[in-house]
Amino acid sequence: MSKLGNLGARLYRGEVGYDFIGKRKIWYGISILITITAIVGLAVRGLNMGIEFSGGAVFTTPKTSVSTTEAQHHAESAAPGHQAMVQQLGGGALRIQISGLDTKQSLPVQEEIAKDLKVPVKDVNTQLVGPSWGEQIADKAWLGLGIFMVLVVLYLAIAFEWRMAVAALVALVHDLTITVGVYALVGFEVTPGTVIGLLTILGYSLYDTVVVFDSLKEASKDITKQTRFTYSEVANRSINGTLVRSINTTVVALLPVAGLLFVGGGVLGAGMLNDISLALFVGLAAGAYSSIFIATPLVADLKNGEPQMKALAKRVAAKRASAAAKEAARQADPDAAEDGDDDAGAAVVGPQPTARNRGGRGRPSGRRR
Amino acid sequence: MAAAKKGRRAPASQGHPGRTLILVLIAMAALVGGMFYSGTLTPRLGIDLAGGTSFTLAAQNQPGRPNAINETNMNTAAGIMERRVNGLGVTESEVQTQGSNHIIVNIPKGTDAKQARQQVGTTAQLAFRPVLTTGPGAKAPEPTPSPSQSGKGGEKSTGGKSGAQQSASPTPSASATTQGRAVTDALKKPSASPSGSASDKPSAQPTPPVPGGADIPPALQKQYAALDCSSKKSLAQANEQAAGAKPGDPVVACKDDGTQKYVLGPVGVEGTDVKDAKAVFDSQQGQGWIVQMDFTSDGGKKFADVTGKLATKAQPQNQFAIVLDGAVVSDPRVSERLNGGNATISGGFTQQSAEDLGNMLSYGALPLSFKIDDETTVTAALGGEQLRAGLIAGAIGLALVVIYLVAYYRGLALVALASLGVSAVLTYTIMTLLGPAIGFALNLPAVCGAIVAIGITADSFIVYFERIRDEIREGRTLRPAVERGWPRARRTILVSDFVSFLAAAVLFIVTVGKVQGFAFTLGLTTLLDVVVVFLFTKPLMTLLARRTFFHDGHPWSGLDPRRLGARPPLRRRRTAPTQTKEA
Repeated sequence: MSKLGNLGARLYRGEVGYDFIGKRKIWYGISILITITAIVGLAVRGLNMGIEFSGGAVFTTPKTSVSTTEAQHHAESAAPGHQAMVQQLGGGALRIQISGLDTKQSLPVQEEIAKDLKVPVKDVNTQLVGPSWGEQIADKAWLGLGIFMVLVVLYLAIAFEWRMAVAALVALVHDLTITVGVYALVGFEVTPGTVIGLLTILGYSLYDTVVVFDSLKEASKDITKQTRFTYSEVANRSINGTLVRSINTTVVALLPVAGLLFVGGGVLGAGMLNDISLALFVGLAAGAYSSIFIATPLVADLKNGEPQMKALAKRVAAKRASAAAKEAARQADPDAAEDGDDDAGAAVVGPQPTARNRGGRGRPSGRRR
Repeated sequence: MAAAKKGRRAPASQGHPGRTLILVLIAMAALVGGMFYSGTLTPRLGIDLAGGTSFTLAAQNQPGRPNAINETNMNTAAGIMERRVNGLGVTESEVQTQGSNHIIVNIPKGTDAKQARQQVGTTAQLAFRPVLTTGPGAKAPEPTPSPSQSGKGGEKSTGGKSGAQQSASPTPSASATTQGRAVTDALKKPSASPSGSASDKPSAQPTPPVPGGADIPPALQKQYAALDCSSKKSLAQANEQAAGAKPGDPVVACKDDGTQKYVLGPVGVEGTDVKDAKAVFDSQQGQGWIVQMDFTSDGGKKFADVTGKLATKAQPQNQFAIVLDGAVVSDPRVSERLNGGNATISGGFTQQSAEDLGNMLSYGALPLSFKIDDETTVTAALGGEQLRAGLIAGAIGLALVVIYLVAYYRGLALVALASLGVSAVLTYTIMTLLGPAIGFALNLPAVCGAIVAIGITADSFIVYFERIRDEIREGRTLRPAVERGWPRARRTILVSDFVSFLAAAVLFIVTVGKVQGFAFTLGLTTLLDVVVVFLFTKPLMTLLARRTFFHDGHPWSGLDPRRLGARPPLRRRRTAPTQTKEA
């Protein structure tokens, strides 16, 4: 902890730090690669839509002593590649729903099920069912998402600035694409649970990005009034300053979901949990990653295109050149050093704005009494 | 919205951290008490987790519409049923079509099956038709003299209300029904009908030939004479017949309680012209629960035209009938053109029935009528072992979170865990209480959503803790650090939670079904996050900052300045600290 605490302190002061902005091209590249893989996976394999979306066949069996779990195994082996949902009806009958079957395909499945459950084929009633997640629900969900996107971009543009709104949106699309792509690649069936999982990701991705942007906004408040740092540098220090928070939050958010995915779905074999927790796990990880590696560097890129920031970068470069000259001069004449140092100290901005008025008051805390 | 409210409360919590904490504890105790009082100790579970009841509905052949049972109509019907049983999207009911003419409706355990049956089985075909003539509901001819008419007024369930309404002045914005019924009922009392023509008609009414019958075809007159609304069976039959009639044709119909029968003209305003309908408690005129309808702009115009025409006619042809699934539920008289764009239905509603009718009218009529074929219980689609595996896995994950927080934050982890605990208790009790209140049911995706909410709740105080630690690193002592770190952490928390809340609000308003249910859960957990951080975590930190253990930065407090790497008062780089400028 002592080491971690010190690391936190040094990150906070910018003494150590990873150059997120400087190495952004690498991370952009990695993200583009993952996103393309996801899109290709989506295009090639497509999504395996569950019975709630695509409809399917429903088999109603007479009273049987076979348990729902066994029946589910039977049904899934009778219709390979499709997911079955088994419910017991009052009176001991079973209702077995299998996604993606049409009339022709359902006939052999009916025979197979009858054989497995040891009931006469003619007593198994087969009918096709429509999707319970109808077009109307889907249409309204898209409409809701559209309205939300417009509002959230407006909100971010007002509360922050349009560049951050754009970057947040890019990060969001990035997260959702990766999650959906992983789904296509793994081949899990898409259920309403998946959709809810995706919506949760949508909320979390934006939430996490906003937390990081909030610190960036604070750090870059008076950026044009100083000449010590360029926007990229301030952004980089801001990411590093909130890195501890980002790591902690991600760990705390991911641990329970990882439990669901690996212990619940993997070891204990709760199949239905898999599809939801996979979406959540991939999405949460992508959401935390994109806030730091994609969204913030993107803001810096957009910002650096601004004339003001270009001018700032020029001033900073000039200042550094003159500082370097002074440094050279100092080596010749040590007395001249104070001037330059003092100037820099007064102009501190960004990651440590409170440093300004600390001069005389600072003392080791906890040593007071 | 939430931000402003919480922002105001914050200073108070700074002043009296103890009081705020006690307030939160009282709220928790009240919620837990309420949970025990209501007798529901666990949240209602969705069909996937707990099973429920399954209805199979069969579409009925529509007389005069041979191809009515088709895919489009079945899908529309399923969509409307879905919205009716899943009003707020939180009940986790499922509706799907089966075969070519069946619809399956699954409702989770603990839902009122009788109410659900009514919600999905009612067609809710609404129509406004002008009254051509009316009379007592029993089979005519009955040589009833005029006194029977006054008796009629008393019999009607709404008759008693007429006295209270008589004094109501007819304002154009007031509802059509209220005005109409008031005067109608008054007119039916012989003493209250001063105009000659009005008193004339009621006396002539019960006897065929039908009064004002010039524009009523003879076949219909015969039908009207034969119509019997008095027995339950004949009433149902009559309703069915009237419901099947074409909108453009005149029709005979019964009052829903069987006390009155009518010949009604072609439909003037249709149910599709109703934009929105809701249950309102009318305390002003003592009508109890009524259903208030807002028309679309087109519907409002039609309604104004129809009422304008009716107002010029004589009793009873200045009445219009509100017909629901073939039965007349209300027959107000019109005295002037009504431009208000709204109307109400009154009479004998309970809160429940008024709300149900309001829902049905807002969601629209089913394009087909259905009969319930089969009703059976269904077990959970997810086996019990899956739920158990999920719970065990979740518990392991949570234990890891606890270990991580303790390892990293040490003493501060107490605050974190207490906050998570408070948040968990609040979420659990509120979700449990929402079960009986609005039919809230928890399904597996919602459980997973709640697990993700742990991360978002934890983030709020992680942000705060990091701010406090940053302040300590700047060389502050704990108490100022706790207060100075708060405004900055508060802004971050509000700005980011607002995004989540925006998502929840928009999705809740716009969407239907499970997405709406998700939005509800998201909004609830986001609000609780803000409540817990503002009213619990912050006051608790303020209190703890006064304890020596934390204040002196005990190595186990998680706030030890040396371990956090707090800066010594003099910066290393400075050669001459006296020259520091105060910026």
